[in-house]
Amino acid sequence: MIGALLILLVLGGAWEAYARLGNVDDFILPAPSQVGQALWDDRTLLWHNLLVTAQEVALGILVALVLGAALAIAIHLSPVLRRSLYPLLVGSQAVPIVVVAPLLIVWFGFGITPKLAIIALVCFFPVVVTTLDALAAVDPEQRKLLRTLDASRRQELRWVEIPAALPGALAGAKIAVAVAVIGAVFAEYAGSSEGLGNVILQAIPQLETARAYAAVALLAALAIILFSLLALAERLLVPWARPDPERSRA
Amino acid sequence: MTTRHASPPGTPSPGQADTAGAQVRDVGFTYPARSRRSSPLHAVDDVTFSVAEHEIVALVGPSGCGKTTLLELVCGLQEPETGRVRAAPAVLMPQRDLLLPWLDALDNAALALRIHGAGRDEARERAQPLFTAFGLQGFEHARPHELSGGMRQRVAFLRTLLSGKPLLCLDEPFGALDAITRAEMRDWLAGALAGEPRTTLLVTHDVEEAAVLADRIVVLSPRPARVEAVLEVPLPRPRRVTDPALMAIREQALDALRR
Repeated sequence: MIGALLILLVLGGAWEAYARLGNVDDFILPAPSQVGQALWDDRTLLWHNLLVTAQEVALGILVALVLGAALAIAIHLSPVLRRSLYPLLVGSQAVPIVVVAPLLIVWFGFGITPKLAIIALVCFFPVVVTTLDALAAVDPEQRKLLRTLDASRRQELRWVEIPAALPGALAGAKIAVAVAVIGAVFAEYAGSSEGLGNVILQAIPQLETARAYAAVALLAALAIILFSLLALAERLLVPWARPDPERSRA
Repeated sequence: MTTRHASPPGTPSPGQADTAGAQVRDVGFTYPARSRRSSPLHAVDDVTFSVAEHEIVALVGPSGCGKTTLLELVCGLQEPETGRVRAAPAVLMPQRDLLLPWLDALDNAALALRIHGAGRDEARERAQPLFTAFGLQGFEHARPHELSGGMRQRVAFLRTLLSGKPLLCLDEPFGALDAITRAEMRDWLAGALAGEPRTTLLVTHDVEEAAVLADRIVVLSPRPARVEAVLEVPLPRPRRVTDPALMAIREQALDALRR
């Protein structure tokens, strides 16, 4: 934590020096001090819009987590789906969001739904991949053992595979946090009346670059907070995934 | 008791029969080749032995000789290629404990009860007396990684017992333990089986372990497994490894293994 602050301080200092001493216009690159000033001056506006975007991102990741894990389990259970659907999922990740975003706006309007759809679209894939990896890592001996205890296929899933998949799904969600924030900005660019992406969209043509950078700083903070929350959820929900290092070394 | 023949897959096995033991008659088994470059693996060749009710039979053989395959055949996890397996419903205790890391120790022990439909509280309550009897009290809420190797094996054995099946198939249950814990666990298992007699088929490559625990020792050849010798162990229990009679049986078994 202190290390991160130090790095931030050094980079911020270099940026400040470049913005003041270099020959750069304020509306191209504002100095960190100006961004800080904007954070304070526009605090009411920024806070309101931060809450909007935070809600979109958090719900979007949740949707991606549930859908991604469900898809992974379906693919794990069905060789047909693995052959037919999995390649298409990979392909879906190559679709630029900017192209489909207007369509989603037409379908779902300007509310939160198209934002959730876009965020879930950019986030579900890492969840699918990490969950499938976790499912593939299940020990076949473990399932054999359950069969001699008379477990049905459904019970094998409930006792062995789903608990084994959970840490994978959460790891995927952690990877997805960064793209989720970018996805939210894209979604708001495509059509919105509020949110930090909307703030940036309006600030740049008004040459309020400092305000746009203030919004970016808040987006970065949002990503860090969501990542920490997911790490916390991991510790609470799947404590077995990280056994006490003291013991595992013995 | 169910019978499994060398029969086309999907053929229903004949239903329940008389005893709580197992008969393996003229059984052969070959694993199909895994890829074009590998060849089929002939694991078991014409093996015959039986386990009577409440008898403890040890299968002893060199590593990789097909012992585990024989257990899987008895447990119904594999179908014999030739010959016939008649066995009471059997439960497998694998070499590794395979405790579920997301369940605590008591939930792991009670897993079979949950699978058979008991609720969590009921299952824990029914598992508790044996948990205590096995010297595990105080560790009900411990996660598997917090237990020692010996305790994990005890929880795994308890899970096996609570399956309620008449035939226990133990696959090198102490193979993963260090020598001292292994000797302790061997004596502990002898006591547990004396207190709660079960028909038991024990796979091991440790002749001493077999001589301390078993009523009969079936010595197997290197792969493909064939029966080299069947030794009776008519010694009273509890047995001591230093007993000259036990050491004589151990020597006999070792001789059969060297053949």
